[in-house]
Amino acid sequence: MSAEFALDGAAAPPMQNGELVFEAPWQGRAFGMARGMAERGLYAWDDFRDRLIAEIGAFGRNAEAIVRRGGVAPEFRYYDHFLRALETLLVERAVIVRGELGARVQTFEERPHGHDHAHGHERAHDHDHDHDD
Amino acid sequence: MDDHSAPAIRAEAIESLLIEKGLISAAEIDEVVERYNDRIGPLNGARVVALAWRDPEFKRALLEDGTAAIARFAFEGGQTEKLVVVENTDRVHNVVVCTLCSCYPWSVLGLPPRWYKDPAYRSRIVREPRRVLREFGLELGDEVEIRVWDSSAEVRYMVLPQQPAGAARDSEAELSARVTRDSMIGVEVLR
Repeated sequence: MSAEFALDGAAAPPMQNGELVFEAPWQGRAFGMARGMAERGLYAWDDFRDRLIAEIGAFGRNAEAIVRRGGVAPEFRYYDHFLRALETLLVERAVIVRGELGARVQTFEERPHGHDHAHGHERAHDHDHDHDD
Repeated sequence: MDDHSAPAIRAEAIESLLIEKGLISAAEIDEVVERYNDRIGPLNGARVVALAWRDPEFKRALLEDGTAAIARFAFEGGQTEKLVVVENTDRVHNVVVCTLCSCYPWSVLGLPPRWYKDPAYRSRIVREPRRVLREFGLELGDEVEIRVWDSSAEVRYMVLPQQPAGAARDSEAELSARVTRDSMIGVEVLR
């Protein structure tokens, strides 16, 4: 658990089902993007689902192969696959280009340490702000 | 591109590009996250179950056409898939899975728990349901038939659990408080 989302105090993410819906803020952002873009009609949810199935299927086959060779199956991290499925769909649809995404990732990785920290924290808790509804 | 960069950074990079291109705003993403984090959850399903326990006419309609029957609740979620509700009885126990990914009846149960998405649950509940249910702490007699329902792009399943003993005089609100998420997935029986 990273320090950027401490689970105690008033800023703790809301619990549901007795467990967190999203285990890290970026997972919520990934879900919000994937679902939000579908709701805006940029693609059908099933198109996203197809990429997700492909991602998860590939993980399963790879894990089985590793186990068959006597290795230890890698840990399944659902939202890693979810994010990759989103990335694949956006690149396939030419919504984003791999090159620009790579460049942006690099820019963010090269930020002075601590920059993304405050930003991510604030974002993660936007739902605690006042709403008009 | 570095495929091994941390997902948090990759998600942030994708978000910043989508926002720059004007395809979605940070506020819209916030709204979706907040909706699924705070508002849509198993309480919706619990209200449906409680009403079905109380109102035989609603129960009949719910089992016949789940999508139409829950329309009166006007749940959020934008779920367009068909909802099929399957009833547990003394003889039949139903349990829900999505073998390919993570399809789930969002409008009534929110987003699925971690184990629902896990490869072990997705494959084993089909192969050896009785054993997996036992691992969830649910021991079913041999006379109980187990039916496993595989969710798909078109159809989402929800289990209508049996009403627990001693609940006959409960109000609808009290009844819904007894209903758990796991009982509506079918890995728990309410006692």
